Amino acid sequence: MAGRLFKGAEYLITQATKTDVFTPEDLTEEQRQIASTTEAFVRDEVLPVHERLEHQEPGLAASLMKKAGDAGLLMIDAPQEYGGLELDKVTSALAADRMGVAGAFAVSYSAHTGIGTLPLVYYGTAAQKERYLGKIMSGEWSAAYCLTEPGAGSDAMGGTTSATLSADGKHYLLEGTKQFITNGGFADLFTVFAKIDRKHFTAFLVERSFEGVTIGPEEKKLGIKGSSTTSVILEGAKVPVENVLGEIGKGHKIAFNVLNVGRFKLGANVNGAARAALAEGASYANQRKQFGVPIASFGAVREKLADRVADLFAAESLVFRLAGMIDDRLATLSKETPRYYEAYQQAVEEYSIECAIAKVFCSEVLADVVDDVVQIHGGYGFTQEYKAERYYRDERINRIFEGTNEINRLLIPGTILRRAMKGEIPLQGEVMKATEAMMTPSLDELDPADAFAAEKATLAGLKRAFLVVSGAAVQRYADQIKDEQEVLLALADVAIQIFAIESALLRAEKAAPTLPEARRAAMAAAVKVHTFSAVEKVAAAARRAAFYVAEGDRLTVMLAGIRRFTRYDASGLLGAKRRLAQATLAQERSPL
Amino acid sequence: MALKILVTAKRVEDPESRIRVRPDGSGIVTEGVSYKMNPFDEIAVEEGLRLKESHGGEVIVASIGGDAAQIELRAALAMGADRGVLLRHDGPLDPVVVSSLLAKVVEQERPDLVLLGKQSIDDDQNQVGQYLAARLGLPQGTFASKQESLESEAEQKKQPGVKLAADGKRIRVMREVDGGLETLDLALPAVVTVDLRLNRPRFASLPGIMKAKKKELKDVPAASLGVDLTPRVIIRRLAEPALRQGGVKVADVDELLQKLHQQAKVL
Repeated sequence: MAGRLFKGAEYLITQATKTDVFTPEDLTEEQRQIASTTEAFVRDEVLPVHERLEHQEPGLAASLMKKAGDAGLLMIDAPQEYGGLELDKVTSALAADRMGVAGAFAVSYSAHTGIGTLPLVYYGTAAQKERYLGKIMSGEWSAAYCLTEPGAGSDAMGGTTSATLSADGKHYLLEGTKQFITNGGFADLFTVFAKIDRKHFTAFLVERSFEGVTIGPEEKKLGIKGSSTTSVILEGAKVPVENVLGEIGKGHKIAFNVLNVGRFKLGANVNGAARAALAEGASYANQRKQFGVPIASFGAVREKLADRVADLFAAESLVFRLAGMIDDRLATLSKETPRYYEAYQQAVEEYSIECAIAKVFCSEVLADVVDDVVQIHGGYGFTQEYKAERYYRDERINRIFEGTNEINRLLIPGTILRRAMKGEIPLQGEVMKATEAMMTPSLDELDPADAFAAEKATLAGLKRAFLVVSGAAVQRYADQIKDEQEVLLALADVAIQIFAIESALLRAEKAAPTLPEARRAAMAAAVKVHTFSAVEKVAAAARRAAFYVAEGDRLTVMLAGIRRFTRYDASGLLGAKRRLAQATLAQERSPL
Repeated sequence: MALKILVTAKRVEDPESRIRVRPDGSGIVTEGVSYKMNPFDEIAVEEGLRLKESHGGEVIVASIGGDAAQIELRAALAMGADRGVLLRHDGPLDPVVVSSLLAKVVEQERPDLVLLGKQSIDDDQNQVGQYLAARLGLPQGTFASKQESLESEAEQKKQPGVKLAADGKRIRVMREVDGGLETLDLALPAVVTVDLRLNRPRFASLPGIMKAKKKELKDVPAASLGVDLTPRVIIRRLAEPALRQGGVKVADVDELLQKLHQQAKVL
């Protein structure tokens, strides 16, 4: 991609253009083929046995993993020298997206290919990769990741699992219980985090067959029932010293770095689920008759479809833009670089803010989608006769795992402000400019030749709104801001929506010249519908933040500024919603 | 005993898309329609690959069309075919022209076996395979199927349903006919068209997709083959089938008889 290389969070202080973003319309033919293979895998292998999977038929999930391995779906991120494909993050996101339809198996797949495989890829020694990677890529072995403990969830470092070197120095003996381990029931290899001598947080590669490893019973869950979730009990589990993964005492790097990729791929994954749920909703709306007509003819139903399709459009735009950003940065690295994966981690870490945004935004879009899809189904949506019910239950976990949405939200402004204080992003200067702009109303004319002039003008305002409120928050709380979670959450909401609005807008602008008229019109409608609702959210969050951090005259000025910065001319909104709903109902899926 | 096999991979509208006729009846609305390889051709490609895997040889995949047709050729290469031939031609075709063009490919490539879908799911004509065999004077086996089910062990093991004789000179084709199955022994070279229950095609693996990029795809202008490209069959107008009327409930057999007689006019 020829676009500019962005720093993390730079989108908040600069104007990106359409050439800076990767969009789903830019996919290559190979990438599209990989998407079709993933679709075919889900359609032919997973969905026909889905009911059996939901009842946890023994051996079934592991056999599906093997089939995914045969299709090459487990080797996307693995290095070529070990037989992997080492494809770009766009491809990896695309596979995750298409796998999203597979419900519970999508979770098994993500755990295996993400947190199950990546620590080994990034931190494994040649001998470790030689020993395990082939088996994991082929699906002969399934993989799991063991960080959470009964007393340590969000506080991941607060675990008590310990590791002690054996008297002969050949083994570490692991003691403790890991909880909520995805794939636990059938995984063969576990990446386990434990503290050596109760101090040095370290990762270990633990085989299921190692002495002292016991797998707990399956959890009875609200959703994703077809995935395996167990505890892993370590009672003097004997792990050979050569199975220490990465450096002793540096386990936190492993634990956290793989989460960035995990979060962004979760975004892609839930988009696939949202697309499937929406299609279900649209087709039901066409079939179901009330008052003698299909409920698809009612504005109340149409508006839901339009709003959700627009949100999904933004979610997809955001994930692929981010995938492209990561790929562009990774492309600057040479594989010959000594400590390649360290540089690689830094490159991904650069976008930890955007990765958290992808996780939060997309999982919440899915939540809205499944809620509306149940609602469109009415009473039937509450029964297990229809898929809507399962989609609704399966959705919930996405706002909890890979870091709760609260943890991810806190991380967004937290990281932005920390980087600003280190001088990595010139936030201070931009805050001053924005504050100045708040005092002096600008009279910029909109470019009538630009189809998205209104959105662009608003976007510039939203960024100023973010700068003004975050500047005020820092001024008020300084270093203590990290303890003011309510303020941070409000700032996060502003930052998240801005990235989404901008990604959707730039995608539509970039794709426009290549699209047939009807699709172009649907995209423009999606931009308007999404921008409108997102701007409302930004305005509410920014006002909330203003009330939290300011008072008196300062507050009055700030509220007036926010009002001006969050102005959006959404003329034609109703028409846009109707057009979008019409196209969705005609195709019985997202038309974008 | 290695077999040289020619298979076809036509680009067709994806049956999952909603197909609508243009208001003027000149064709279908292509907006929002996605495309894929004709599912019957996919079965032919799969059968070709299984034969090659059992007996060795080469699978060549051919299609006729413009740039877009390369996508399905690449898809067949990604499944495992060895090389592709695109007969470049834009504009309408009919089975007469298609079979003439394919006959040229057969003359050039001299395969032992030609495998085609029994029909393509766009206009469902079911003629090309038969025409092709007749043009070349080759034995033909149409609607190839097999006795084993698609859940059978043989299918799990991806064994070919078309069986090569021990001497490598004949194939045995089980074909679906009205009222049962018929077995044909055909001398090679032969033309076989395949039916739905012959096999379940594999999907392209990711390594397959990456390898396909490097495989040979020959681009031959159809006009260079000395074939009259004017279609004999011309499509004048397309129309949607009439909407089905809703059913009615009848009170008793007498009313049913009366309605069948007077309204449906079938009695």
